[in-house]
Amino acid sequence: MKAKANIVIIGGGIVGTSLAYHLACLGIKDIVVLEKDYLAAGSTGRCGAGVRQQWGLKMNCILAKESIAEFEKLSEMIPTDYDLEFKQKGYMMLAYDRNMANQYKKNVQLQRTLGIEVDYLSPLEAKAIVPHLNTEGMVGATFCGKDGHLNPFTTTLTYAIGAKRLGAEIYKGTEVLDMKLEKGKVSKVITNKGEIDTGLVINAAGPFSKNIAKMAGVDIPVYSERHQILVTQPIKQIQDPMVISLKHGFYCQQTPHGSFIMGFGDPNELKGTDTTSTWNFLEEMAEKVLPVLPPLKNLKVVRQWAGSYNMTPDAQPILGNSEDVENFYMAVGFSGHGFMIAPAVAKAISETIVGKKPTVDISMLRLKRFEAGNLIKEPSVV
Amino acid sequence: MKDNVIVCRCEDVTVGEIKKLVADGINTPEEIKRITRMSMGCCQGRTCGGILQQILSNLLNEPVDEIKLWEKRPPAKPVLMKALIGGDTDES
Repeated sequence: MKAKANIVIIGGGIVGTSLAYHLACLGIKDIVVLEKDYLAAGSTGRCGAGVRQQWGLKMNCILAKESIAEFEKLSEMIPTDYDLEFKQKGYMMLAYDRNMANQYKKNVQLQRTLGIEVDYLSPLEAKAIVPHLNTEGMVGATFCGKDGHLNPFTTTLTYAIGAKRLGAEIYKGTEVLDMKLEKGKVSKVITNKGEIDTGLVINAAGPFSKNIAKMAGVDIPVYSERHQILVTQPIKQIQDPMVISLKHGFYCQQTPHGSFIMGFGDPNELKGTDTTSTWNFLEEMAEKVLPVLPPLKNLKVVRQWAGSYNMTPDAQPILGNSEDVENFYMAVGFSGHGFMIAPAVAKAISETIVGKKPTVDISMLRLKRFEAGNLIKEPSVV
Repeated sequence: MKDNVIVCRCEDVTVGEIKKLVADGINTPEEIKRITRMSMGCCQGRTCGGILQQILSNLLNEPVDEIKLWEKRPPAKPVLMKALIGGDTDES
């Protein structure tokens, strides 16, 4: 292992690997990514594999739009033998009452002004796109055909390959144990495989971000929370878009492989980094999804798993310089939607680090917003 | 073993694909599973697990018992969605 690096990135998920790639693209040499397990072992590899631009907050829309634009050219930017399984067949968000419908109509207006091609649909129009959708009780839906699915493992691997080609080094099985500070800056990262002197550290540790920040003497208001998912046997393609119901709290999509992936947000879910599965989840998931998508009752569940959302008080990430420790940066607290905005976030943070004006202004996501009481409200989180 | 020999029958993963991944540094069952879908099919790795350990043991020159297999995930066998809500007890 190297004894010295310009930048040490902690975490080998989509955020850490895309940061390494974007920093390397901007000409930074001696970048090291430290991953305690293997690539995408944390939140990235356990996510629902969806990418959507339909957000209620301008900045989230822009981050998602820029990220999807990058996903669209990723296999040309970084050619590999691995299939990204990018499927742009849309996201459909169901509305069940007037309030929700009005919020969605507002979202559509905002999204369209930002150049996102999204439509508000009647239940009948929604059924034309998802024929097996039970529209009972629905008042409408929104649909964006450029949203979709992306394989989290091969996408992370692709960024890792891209970063390595530009000279970055990625160490798997390398756990950060502590950091040393000198004159208010992190000077050394201590791992189970040795020590690295460094000029800058980025915390991209997902579920473990709080503990990593603590090593640098920075307290961040995040906690991790378990979320569960199930996957079925594969069948022929019958469902184009990801279907989301914020009323039921679930999302459900058919992957290019043919299997269905689904999950829901449980308000009483376990806090912490425990990722064991529960039997209850299967029952509750089936109870929520089957009335809305009835033919799925004949599918067999082959597996379930769990992952962690790294939550912040406003369910928005904490990005950029920590401001307390000069050379300690953060890309944490993605609250369940990190995979789909990672490329744009990584690009903006990388640009900030090299002193360029960032493509997307992420300053409202700074850590100090919590102290100042500037919490951000995103109405469209599952 | 020839490169075209199928190791995972559920997801059609061959010896050749595993060799290529190992050459790329993707050399543990958990990682190989995630990239190839090996063991993610209906049998959940019951057939291919032992074979993969044997292949990795040869390629990496490590004892078979030191190749840690993937984490087992529930359910133990595929379950119909409708059975989960008590709507079907047919095991066919």
